[in-house]
Amino acid sequence: MSGAHGSTVTRLYVAGDSRIHRISPEVKLVAVFAVVVVGAVTPRTEVVAFSVYVVAALMVVAMSGIGLIKYLRRLTVIVPFILFAFVIPFVGGGEKLNVAGVALSVDGLWAMWNILVKAALGATMSIVLSATTPVTNLLHGLTRLRVPRLLVAIISFMLRYIDVLVEQLGRMRRSMVARGHDPRWLWQVKPIASSAGALFVRSYERGERVHQAMLARGYSGVMPAMTNQRASINEWIAVMVYPAVCFGVLMLAVV
Amino acid sequence: MPSSSIEVRDLRYRYPGEHHDALTGLSLSVSAGERVAVLGPNGSGKTTFVMHLNGLLSMQSGEIAIGDTSVTEDHLREIRRRVGAVFQDADDQLFMTTVREDVAFGPANLGVTGDELNALVEQTLARVGASGYADRNPHHLSGGEKRRVAIATVLSMNPDVLILDEPTSGLDPAGRRELIDLLAGLDQTQLIVTHDLPLALQLCERSVIVSGGQVVADGATAELLADEALLAQHRLELPLGFDPSRL
Repeated sequence: MSGAHGSTVTRLYVAGDSRIHRISPEVKLVAVFAVVVVGAVTPRTEVVAFSVYVVAALMVVAMSGIGLIKYLRRLTVIVPFILFAFVIPFVGGGEKLNVAGVALSVDGLWAMWNILVKAALGATMSIVLSATTPVTNLLHGLTRLRVPRLLVAIISFMLRYIDVLVEQLGRMRRSMVARGHDPRWLWQVKPIASSAGALFVRSYERGERVHQAMLARGYSGVMPAMTNQRASINEWIAVMVYPAVCFGVLMLAVV
Repeated sequence: MPSSSIEVRDLRYRYPGEHHDALTGLSLSVSAGERVAVLGPNGSGKTTFVMHLNGLLSMQSGEIAIGDTSVTEDHLREIRRRVGAVFQDADDQLFMTTVREDVAFGPANLGVTGDELNALVEQTLARVGASGYADRNPHHLSGGEKRRVAIATVLSMNPDVLILDEPTSGLDPAGRRELIDLLAGLDQTQLIVTHDLPLALQLCERSVIVSGGQVVADGATAELLADEALLAQHRLELPLGFDPSRL
């Protein structure tokens, strides 16, 4: 039923007490978002600007104490995009560049670089954020950033119940396998479809029961505020230096 | 520690779309501080009944009062503070991502915030023997831990009445004993809905049997459990070899 095994919710967090860990979640969220936006709007030809972003991002990774290996392993989530990007120089049109006897599209190479560097930068920021901030704190951060509490509550319920759902699905699957179900072909998909249906109904019923449990404890349609601590101005300033530097570099590059 | 009496008179309820009443004139009176077991077969209306006590099901006919407050739309907020309901599946009760937030949910709805809220959470967790669980994910607790934390989520609202739906289902023997110790140490008026007859005998001097949507027997637990014909008539059975007179 329940176990101490890592759940979907807590798996990404890497316990630690680095300076990055200690930043308030709302500040971290805003800083990450700002860095990603600055990266995304930087023209792809501004190689110098990108070099600064990448160096800065790697410094943040180092400061967070996640560990290079763990970081690189998590970075592999962008592999599918990279694979796609590597195709573009071969199929792109326009001016060609001859590399070792293969004609590559110059435009395609830039497109590839663009995808690679921006995906890596965005992924790095997400990795640092998720590895240094417990999910609950992220939710608090969202609340303090005035994201509607109902929305935060929905995310929070999703995180709370995803493991319960996965377990339920596992139990149903085991019970199918125990009765000789061995899906190999498309026409054997029916039991899977019906178990998805059953899972939906069960989740719906659970939702109703949870709602009753909430009502029983005085819920009146508004999620209560649980924390009232906020990040200090000093912390905001100290942390926002990072996206500000990136933005400065971008301005220097394009102006 | 506060506790309130419960007064239920002629409660009738029919679920929408059904042809039979789930409750057919249920009456029960429990004095303040009393602990009463509500026994009965599946589908007898036990859960339907207890869901009326804090207004989760709105009354169609009859009367309920907790202390001197009647359970009506106007008093729902107060009633829900005073009547703590612990549901059968702790996964329904623990819906936040940390134990702390779950225990804080009730009092936060009542307007408690900040340090006072934190202190209340720690205090309540200590009362159920779950100190140090505050920052854990409810999903990672054992069955017994979940049940105790679920009780903490209502105790934090400082209720006068506790309603527990099958509190021992799915617990291992040690978890069950710990839960019994916990409940025995609480002063609130308690209604314990259960199939676990030895639990009823151990915790409650008085039991009622609900069958067909009404109370069909009300008396000392030891006497009710000694009446084999009565138990058999309402699909209740003692565990093999269990002799209530020898406890």
